[in-house]
Amino acid sequence: MRLSPDQIVVLQLGPWPINATLVFSWLVMALLVVGSWLVTRRLSPGGAIGSGQNVLEAVVAFLLDQIREVTRQDPEPYLPFVGTLFLYIVTCNVLSVVPGFESPTGSLATATALALCVFVAVPAFGIAKLGLRRYLANYLRPSPFLLPFTVIGELSRTLALAVRLFGNVMSGSVIAAILLSVTPLLFPVVMQAFGLLIGVIQAYIFAILAIVYIASGAELQERRARTLEGEAAT
Amino acid sequence: MTDFGIIGMASIITAGLTIGIGSIGPALGEGRALAQALQAIAQQPDEANTITRTLFVGLAMVESTAIYCFVVSLILIFANPFWALVTAN
Repeated sequence: MRLSPDQIVVLQLGPWPINATLVFSWLVMALLVVGSWLVTRRLSPGGAIGSGQNVLEAVVAFLLDQIREVTRQDPEPYLPFVGTLFLYIVTCNVLSVVPGFESPTGSLATATALALCVFVAVPAFGIAKLGLRRYLANYLRPSPFLLPFTVIGELSRTLALAVRLFGNVMSGSVIAAILLSVTPLLFPVVMQAFGLLIGVIQAYIFAILAIVYIASGAELQERRARTLEGEAAT
Repeated sequence: MTDFGIIGMASIITAGLTIGIGSIGPALGEGRALAQALQAIAQQPDEANTITRTLFVGLAMVESTAIYCFVVSLILIFANPFWALVTAN
């Protein structure tokens, strides 16, 4: 049985095998880029807007709302990163109902790459907001003895992020394959529809967890720094 | 018993035990979280949006424990490294 689209080799380019994961992630990337380019080519600020612009505005407004509610900060700086994660994963997962399309997120490599992006983005946003010294000093609070646990926590939550996305998407396709051999009629359709729901929820959760990790770092550090300054002033 | 037999038997039994025991905890936890969330929505219907969003995120985090067990049992059955070693020799 095939567990991930990594095992389908579409093309062999010298020493580099081009597998289905790569091909389908390029396909999704092209779809997102070309689709957005086509819609944003003719934007109108006035009342009469095209259907494409309407959809994109609704998506952006939804993302901004969600980020604002979770972080209680200005959502603008986080939107490009988190929005891209959400749109990419949700497109991959929703397209997996198309016959022949293997969701790239069903491969551990893609899920790990996305989780590593979050792993890098947390200190990047933290340093951009607080500066290097105050960001690093945060690792020593509340006590330097907790430093190893903080580091382990950062690593393990990255692992959990990757395995959660991979496991959910992969289990959906594996269950569909098993059901096809047991009850070929009708029941797999129900599970496919259920898989669609799971896919959208997982994309949402991935994006929400990413923004929680990024923002909790920056916000908590800010508050702690402020209270420390307050103590120093009194 | 040959190496094939021992590795195959141990893998299958362990895979069953992994997913069987591993799904007990998350099932209890998810049921409890869902019951609490329904109670909270019944008491404060206005906050249903926030409660549902937090519930989904929480459920996904609880569920990931079961997903880890599922991944481990699938690896044991379909991508067992020891099985590959024995079949290669």
